Amino acid sequence: MIIKYFSWIKEHIGKSEELIELPDNVKNISELINYLNNLNDNYKKVFVKKDLIKIAVNKTYCSVETKISNNDEIAFFPPVTGG
Amino acid sequence: MDQKKTIPVKIKIQNDDFDVSKETKILQENQTGAIVSFVGVVRGFDEKINSVIESMTLEHYPGMTELEIKKIVKQSYERWDITGATVIHRIGKLLPTDQIVFVGVSSRHRQNAFDSCNFIMDWLKTKAPFWKVEENEHQKKWVDYNLSDDEATKKWSI
Repeated sequence: MIIKYFSWIKEHIGKSEELIELPDNVKNISELINYLNNLNDNYKKVFVKKDLIKIAVNKTYCSVETKISNNDEIAFFPPVTGG
Repeated sequence: MDQKKTIPVKIKIQNDDFDVSKETKILQENQTGAIVSFVGVVRGFDEKINSVIESMTLEHYPGMTELEIKKIVKQSYERWDITGATVIHRIGKLLPTDQIVFVGVSSRHRQNAFDSCNFIMDWLKTKAPFWKVEENEHQKKWVDYNLSDDEATKKWSI
């Protein structure tokens, strides 16, 4: 699975994307966030601001309940500020 | 309503500047009676944080940005009788007075073009994955999202 990060989330986590092998017990976005939070504190500092984080699976907006698999592209980013 | 309806649509994400007059001309065609366009420009001052802006850098999510804008434009031409639409959004480093975004819509009669252009711009502000970071000699700051942009989309949910 590829995970992409944008804007200040990318800076807090220290990378713009990463490849991970999804553990068997991670079935949805909420479980993925728990998994990442256990990797190191950078993730915790980001995901504690859950109200400020938008999620996309395969370039489509989704929620924390959305089911995911190893072939998916996940993105975490703040509310958008273009235009 | 004809669900299969399509119109000429141009969507570009680019570093380069755009020529408003040229883009407006492209929207003119046989059935066009009105063209409404919006141009967003970099301000040199951020009133919310009372700070000078020396430059602004825009990043986006390649692929998703284009998909989201396509969805918005499609909703727009399914809702209004318009004859063409163009959305150009710049990325990279921009300076005060630089153009950021162009939204142009053509239609047979003016009200459809006005409403459709407004609709596309409101939804682009809240859905298209772009992020701005403002810089001056003292700080670099990611722009906070604006709650009033979310509010602006509510007028379309009829």
